[in-house]
Amino acid sequence: MANRFRGGVHPDDSKHTSTQAISGLQPAENLILSLSQHIGAPSRPEVSAGDRVLKYQPIASPGGFVSMSLHAPTSGTVKAVEPAPHPSGRFVTAIIIEPDGLDEVFDLTDKADPGLERGPEAWKEVIRDSGIVGMGGAAFPTHVKLSPPEDKPIDMIVANGVECEPYLTADHRLMLESPDEILGGLFLAMEMLGAKKAVVAIEANKPDAAEVMRKTDLPEGVSVEILPVMYPQGAEKQLIQALTGREVPTGGLPMDVGIVVQNVGTLAAMNHAVKEGRPMVDRIMTLGGSLPNGPGNYLVSIGTPLTHIVEQTGGFKGPASRLINGGPMMGQALAGLESPVTKGTSGLLAFGPGELRPLRQRACIRCGSCVSVCPASLMPHTLGNMAEFQLFDQLREFNISDCIECGSCAYVCPADRNMVQFIRHGKAELLAMVGK
Amino acid sequence: MIMSTVLAPSPHVRSSVTIETAMYGVIIALLPGALVGAYYFGLNALKVMAISIIACLAFEAMVLKIRGKDMSPLKDGSAILTGLLLAMNLPSNIPWWMTVVGALVAVGIGKQVYGGLGYNPFNPALVARVFLLISFPVAMTSWPVPKPLSFSLDTVTGATPLGEMKTSLLMEGNVGAAANMSLVDPLIGNMGGSLGEVGALALALGGIYLLVKKIISWHIPVSFLVTVFGMTGVYWLIDPVKYAPPTFHIVTGGLILGAFFMATDYVTSPITGKGMVIFGVGCGAITVFIRLFGGYPEGVSFAILLMNAATPIIDRYTRPRVFGYPTRKEART
Repeated sequence: MANRFRGGVHPDDSKHTSTQAISGLQPAENLILSLSQHIGAPSRPEVSAGDRVLKYQPIASPGGFVSMSLHAPTSGTVKAVEPAPHPSGRFVTAIIIEPDGLDEVFDLTDKADPGLERGPEAWKEVIRDSGIVGMGGAAFPTHVKLSPPEDKPIDMIVANGVECEPYLTADHRLMLESPDEILGGLFLAMEMLGAKKAVVAIEANKPDAAEVMRKTDLPEGVSVEILPVMYPQGAEKQLIQALTGREVPTGGLPMDVGIVVQNVGTLAAMNHAVKEGRPMVDRIMTLGGSLPNGPGNYLVSIGTPLTHIVEQTGGFKGPASRLINGGPMMGQALAGLESPVTKGTSGLLAFGPGELRPLRQRACIRCGSCVSVCPASLMPHTLGNMAEFQLFDQLREFNISDCIECGSCAYVCPADRNMVQFIRHGKAELLAMVGK
Repeated sequence: MIMSTVLAPSPHVRSSVTIETAMYGVIIALLPGALVGAYYFGLNALKVMAISIIACLAFEAMVLKIRGKDMSPLKDGSAILTGLLLAMNLPSNIPWWMTVVGALVAVGIGKQVYGGLGYNPFNPALVARVFLLISFPVAMTSWPVPKPLSFSLDTVTGATPLGEMKTSLLMEGNVGAAANMSLVDPLIGNMGGSLGEVGALALALGGIYLLVKKIISWHIPVSFLVTVFGMTGVYWLIDPVKYAPPTFHIVTGGLILGAFFMATDYVTSPITGKGMVIFGVGCGAITVFIRLFGGYPEGVSFAILLMNAATPIIDRYTRPRVFGYPTRKEART
């Protein structure tokens, strides 16, 4: 399995919080449970202002097959169902809950018993009803990945513990602290998909995690693979190429090459759901960057406003000039801390003025660095130039839709070109053209 | 607590490599070659370099002003590099005003007319060199005889080894003594020629620096040099009377300068490794054909300019196979 994925870059991994054990926080005064925190149709609210809700109680149902349900992270009162701050910077409809501090648990017994005995088909339903989405960042509904069509047999499950984004250490800590839960989820996934083999993929900068996973009682067919550090190895298609040499066909999914990839956090959440009936109401995230007084890995309720997390951990050392939702390579810049933690929030990074190199975007000098690092073998400079000069119809010819927006091209660009921004703009223009 | 945050697109971290890193890196790599030029051609060499660099910067500033642009490109190092490369392509006794004309052609016509750094299809310094060669053939081919550490501005002129060989071939029907001379002089620079045509060793040292610093990749210099060596070697094996040995071809003329510093210009050479190899082989083949069968004794600049013109089409046909698409073999079956 000594493969390598194509291209890639070596940003400084800055995993400063990797020795900080996962810890909890005081509950927030308000929880903002956005109806759009996953890929797919928004969830449909099932509660309204004034309703009392209990911990784990379903409060929103899936708005389609590719969608998901939401559950109350604690007991309290629904204050409103109204547009609220969202990491995207827009206001998006959310269920706002005021916790009562009692943490009273919803009676799950009227739902059929969760548990291993019920078998793979029932597990899928439990996972769907538990609102589980991919926790690596993309937040794709997990039950969809667990339901491949009949003609796509799955021979291998990959537990993605790569965590190739710099600064983020949530998955690393989870592997160190709860390897059994990850392996439990992995076993469930193997059973549900009929896969005989599974690999836990870990990058070489987390040797302790690999050690812990290896020492754990691995189910039959499961192995731990240590991969050389390289961004974006955690991207599904790149990870599959690195592990097996298989290339997911263009426009296809990992299931097209017989593989399903699940983030280690997602696997642990699947384990909770099936064995304990616990829906996804919290997640582990990394608070990092140079500004936080209390950088670390925190278990937080979904919906917790970011301000609360920062205040609870001692605030910032100084004024922030860059706030990032997620990692520095693919994360989104935030205008403020009003938005909440969503199921896809892997981290919050904060930097002060002058810490990130100021950019001076200039014309492409055709050095070719972007072409050599592009994991999709695209010509990012051409895509960037075409989008800049508004030659949108030509973007398709250069396979713009195969771009995974990993940012490797912009990372190496000596002319500081915002290639990812150009490409996103180009994709949006193409979509608009199709719509007309 | 929050001041104003920057809403920049991802990625939020960037490598430290910038245009300046590359440009000043190439300038540093040229210094050993420039020093050898200064050692053998004295003050004149320094004069040509100074005039060329200053004139390139001045014309860059002037054109930027006319185009209504800000002056920041002056600091990116590209004009200085063009000036230095142009100087390396000139004989040290060239009249000062010709150097100035060359700088105007390089920066004005070779680069800014197209929109500045990044948009020029041809290597600006080579556009200027060829312009001067065609316009002022006598001044451009009267090379001073090297005189170590001479600070006199008077010089005796002579031909380059490649020129001597061509003359001998035309007059006597054989490559003559020049072609079979010891390689020591051309290696250390003790021969007639433009500033960057002498001192193959010092120039190659700079080239290796560029490779080690990863400012350039091996594709172009290696394919260029191997092609010249291989092709001239075949001809030499066929008829050593009419053709000089391949080692002679490697160390004389502008080959080392061209292969490491001019053909590798990012803007005017192909993007992919495969494209670069095609480009390098093309440069090598055209150089050999001009040297062996053409009217000019030296063909490196013409070869690179011709391949510059071929760069867009090379790029078009060497696009990498996109991830997830069938390989050529798979597509056939």
